[in-house]
Formats: sequence, C-alpha cells, structure tokens
Amino acid sequence: MRADPAGEWPAAAAARLIAAGAGAGARAGEDEGVGDPVRVLVGLGRALDSAGLRVGPDRVAEAVRAAATLDPTRRTDLYWAGRLTLCANPDDLPKYDAVFAALTAGDVPRLRPRPQHLVRAVPVALAVPDGGGDDEETEAGAETVLRAAASTVETLRHKDVTTLGAAERAELDRALAALSLPGESRPSRRRRPSPHPGAVDPRRTVRALLRSGGEPVRPRWTRRSVRPRPVVLLVDVSGSMSGYADVLLRFAHAAARRRGARTEVFTLGTRLTRVTREMAGRDPERAMGAVAGAVPDWSGGTRLGALLREFLDRWGQRGAARGAVVVIMSDGWERDDPAVLGAQMRRLALLAHRVVWCNPRAGRPGFAPLAGGLAAALPYVDDFVSGHSLAALEQLARIVAGVEVRGA
Amino acid sequence: MDGRGLLPVGVESPGDLVGRLADVGYLADEGLATAAYLGLRLHRPLFCEGEAGVGKTELAKALANVLGAPLIRLQCYEGIEASQALYDWDFPRQLLHLRTAEAAADFDPTAVEAELWSRRFLVARPLLQALETTPSVLLVDEVDRADDEFEAFLLEVLSDFSVTVPELGTLRAEVPPAVVVTSNRTRDVHDALKRRCYYHWLDHPEFDREVAIVRLRVPEASARLCEEVTAAAHALRDADLLKPPGIAETVDWAQALAALGAPGLDPGLAAATLGAVVKYREDVERVRTLDVGALINRAVMGA
Repeated sequence: MRADPAGEWPAAAAARLIAAGAGAGARAGEDEGVGDPVRVLVGLGRALDSAGLRVGPDRVAEAVRAAATLDPTRRTDLYWAGRLTLCANPDDLPKYDAVFAALTAGDVPRLRPRPQHLVRAVPVALAVPDGGGDDEETEAGAETVLRAAASTVETLRHKDVTTLGAAERAELDRALAALSLPGESRPSRRRRPSPHPGAVDPRRTVRALLRSGGEPVRPRWTRRSVRPRPVVLLVDVSGSMSGYADVLLRFAHAAARRRGARTEVFTLGTRLTRVTREMAGRDPERAMGAVAGAVPDWSGGTRLGALLREFLDRWGQRGAARGAVVVIMSDGWERDDPAVLGAQMRRLALLAHRVVWCNPRAGRPGFAPLAGGLAAALPYVDDFVSGHSLAALEQLARIVAGVEVRGA
Repeated sequence: MDGRGLLPVGVESPGDLVGRLADVGYLADEGLATAAYLGLRLHRPLFCEGEAGVGKTELAKALANVLGAPLIRLQCYEGIEASQALYDWDFPRQLLHLRTAEAAADFDPTAVEAELWSRRFLVARPLLQALETTPSVLLVDEVDRADDEFEAFLLEVLSDFSVTVPELGTLRAEVPPAVVVTSNRTRDVHDALKRRCYYHWLDHPEFDREVAIVRLRVPEASARLCEEVTAAAHALRDADLLKPPGIAETVDWAQALAALGAPGLDPGLAAATLGAVVKYREDVERVRTLDVGALINRAVMGA
C-alpha cells in the first residue's frame, strides 16, 4: 500500500458515495472476506469517477470481469482486479488505494474540502498610466502570429494587466482567447511527396512504373516535412504573482489549444501540478474553472528550484523538455537557496531547445533582475521578456513561435 | 472462447504464473503476475509503465519463454507509420512478377493483376506478423515515443486483432497474441489506448527481491557481493541523483564487480566501477562526495 493519501484526497463527494453507493454491503472485516465484490467494484468505480479518474461503466464491467477470473473473495485479488482496470496513471494509484482501503476495511480517509473558486477576480484599480518602454518592437512584429484585433483592444495593449477594470479585463480575456501560438518548427523524420527534385521516392516511383507497365517514368521525389516543436509552459501561481497568474493561465490555454503539437502546462506554487488535461477544453472559462479545481496551492510560497527539479525528474528529462521550447512564467522570487534553481536551470538548458523566461514585473519602470532566483537563472535563459500586458504577451507568442528572437 | 486464453497448461492462478516466470529467470511480484495472468486469460494487452530499467521489456521476453512462443518486437519511434508497423506492398517484386508474366506466351492481364495483389506480395511488419503467428508475444516497446496518431492506429489493431488491407480483405488473428505495451511516460498516452489494456505501474522492487534478481542474473557473483551491490544501489536511489539506477544498472554493476573477481564491494572498487551505475557527470560528482563505505554498511545493516 502507498503512503498516506490524505494530501491527495480530492472530493467530498467521494465520501458521500462511499457511504451511500457502496454502503453496508461492501463493508466487512478482512477476516470475513470483503463483502459483495460487485458492490465493492461498483462503489470503487463511482468513488474514483468523482475523484476525477474518468471511470465509466465500461471500466467497472472490465473490473468485474477481471475479478471473476481471479478469486474475488480474496482481498488482494480484488485489489489488483480493480487497480489494473480502473487506474490509468501513477497519480491515480494513491487515490485508488485510499478508496479501496475505505471500501473494504471500513475506515473513511480524512477529507479536505475542495477549493471552490480560486481564480480570483483581479482587484479593480484606478487607471495607472503604463510607463512601459516597449512601444517600438510591437510596431515591428504586429502583422505576424496574432489574430487578436479590434480597436478597443489597441488601447488595452500596453496597460499592465493588474491595473485593468472589469470591462477591460473581459476585453482582454477575449483578445487572449483569440491568440494563436503556432510554435517553432523543426525537421521531422517523416518525408512528404514533393514536386521538386530531392531524394527519390522509391515507392511512388515504382508504383508509377507499375501503372505504365514497367516502362521507365519520371522519378518521384520526397522532401522532409516539418513539425512544430513541443512547448512547455511553467506558470508560477504563488502569492507574489497573484495579479498575473490568471492572465498567464489564459495565455497558456490559448497556447495549449494549438493543433498538431504537444503543449504541456504546469503550475508552480508550493508544489508542481500538471494542468494540461484541464486546459484541453475549448472554452476558456470552463478550462480556468477546471484548473482552479486542480491546483491545490494558489497563492502559496514558491520553491522554484525544487519544483523545477521535480518537473525535470518526472517529465522533462524523460522527454517532455527534450527539444522543446520551455517558457517559465514567474517573477523569480525564490524562497529557497537560489543555487538550487541555478543548477536546475542548467539542466533544463541542456535539455530544451530554447528557454524563455517571462517575468511580468519586468514591465515595471526601473526594473532590474535582482530577485535572487532570477539572477541565478538568467545565465541559462535564451530569451527574457515581460508578460505584463497584452502587447508583451503577443511578443512572447512571437518568440515562442521563433519569429522574433530577443536576447536575455 | 475456451476460457483459458493463452495460459500454459498447469497455470491455474497468478501464483502458478509467478513460478513459471521464475523458472525462466524473471521474478515477478504478485501484482505483475496478476496482470499477466489476466492478460493471457482474457486476451487483453498489458500496459506497463514505469521508470527505465524496472524490467518492462524483460517481462515480454519472459512471457515468450514461458509460452514457448516467438517474441515479436515493435520498437516505436517518432514518425513511425503504418507501413513500418503493419504491412507494406513489395513493389519491386510485384514489378518483377509483372515483367516475367508479360514475357510468357500466355499473358492474361486479369489473372496477373489478381496475382499482384495477393498475400505473397504483402510484406508483414511486426503487428501483422504477430496476428499471423500463433501463439506469439507482441512487444510494443516505448509507445510514448510514437506520435499520438499512431496510438489511434494501434488501438484499432489491438481492439479486434484484425487488419483490413483494402486490396486483399480482412486478416484476422485466429488466436490473438499476448501483447505487452511499454511506456516510459515521456508523455501521457491517450486514455482510449490504456482502456483497452490492463494498466500496471512498475516500481523498483524491494530489497530482497532485487537481491534475488541480481543473484539469478549474475550467478558468478558471491552472495555477499550481490547484497552489498543491491544495498548500495538502493542507497543511491535515495541520494537525489539525476538518473537513479534501475535494476538493469544494479545487475550491470554486479556483473562488472564479479568480472573483477571482487568478493564484496569496497570503496575503491566502487569508485572504479561507478560508470556501470551512474551515467551523468553531475551524479558521479555527487556520489564522490558521499562516503560509499558508510553507505553500504548502513544499507546492509538497515536491510
């Protein structure tokens, strides 16, 4: 059995289901078996489904079939029958273990209420003129990438997002939703037919020969196709970023929707949370709601170095960061030793194609990268940009797409 | 269905399968044996996920040995296509056949055309090979490296164990092969594929099992060496390395030390053979700062 699941336990609804759905029939002491196995498995399925595991009736039927093949009166056999069919992820296992223990032994795990509405409304502040000095470069690249639009947006473009009123925020959200992020491309292994001479395509050439009865024909050609590079977004949702996190996550949502390439989104706070799945929906509001439910540590402190290490250990080194464009969206306030962050940034720089650091505070007048973590990280950053306004985020999109390159 | 699936004669429970796997040199724990038992009996693929070097690929080899069936391996990589995984038409041979037929006196275009699109000109790639070979064990290795389009295609083949060739019709496996799909989790494999399979997450084994695995794999090493090497490997897994050693590394290390004729692990030998377990320069530096002797002693005492 796994470690204490209390910290992982997601939904109060699960407890109700355990009490109501699986009920008395399922609860029994270990020595007298585990009760009606079908009831246990159905209860497991329903509890896990409400814990976010996407367990449908088909999976439960599969679990029952597996249990029937084994010895369903044995607790271990029942455990494995359920685990092999209902789980699809290492993250599912602690939840499964907790629910299984609760159903077969009778003790209900400690519950923690799910955070309800944590994407906070940005406080309406008085209009503060933006002193940002990045007017020149937005002119230059304005025609690319962007499909934002509308003239009202223009006035918004350079305002710091923490200073916007409610109506302006709604406008900004719409503009962000229209943003597209094509991503930088790289040559693929795959070859495509091409009308221009290059490498001969033996398959198509021989096929053409065959069609003309074996008489020589013109050779057919191929060229290498290109694929977009994967993009990884690491969004800091700690307390110091509270005014920007929502906007940055909306940006991440627009980025995650791009077709044909992988985009992974993680949040950094007191812990690392993968929110790629939650980002998958088309509707930004719904996606933001899902993210709010999935991230347990809004506005906590930041342990950038430790979290970056966790990201690299669990995802990055295995492939998620390899050859990818990695964007870190953070102000670089590090509670721990900045040296840890520096070492992890070095690792990241060796794996990734390009590392972009987006710091919303860099748009403030008189900004200097003095935050300890940031200073340690900068030597390994390829591009350093601000992300405080729509214009700055558009610029970030162009940089991720490889259209514009700006040195750190 | 006969209800027994691919289970070999005499295997009536997951426990029996543990014994059979041990006979061919693979020490499975109860969970893995249960997964394999269910997979064989109910004709379902087994989806194994876990760190590199915990024995995912070895499992497929061991199952092939237990079943006495050939192992057919499909190594996935980025950009893999149906023509490399499933089947391909042998165009040059078709062409040759056509030219030969033309030269013959009694050339009948319709008959020759029918011949051209027959099974003999179809090159079977691993997936089709596995469907046509009974019994067989199909290993789809590192499916997370392939593109997600390929997953959808794999799902189609693994759902009903049949392949439709437009020119030829549907080829169906008489008895579905045993299938092991492995993933290193470099990305999330789509749920739909996992749903077709039994999902098993492999962890590093506990100390005693790993010692047993090392002894089995490196018979020339002494019992003391096996225990000390395993203890040190376990300690290294807790030492916060970039790439913690897997079972494969433990076995490699024991092999290297046994080849040097070491009766046990001492700091000097450990430092000299460190390259067998630790594969990053940063990790080597980190390990050098640790007191290997104390590490082993503590681990052996604790175990």
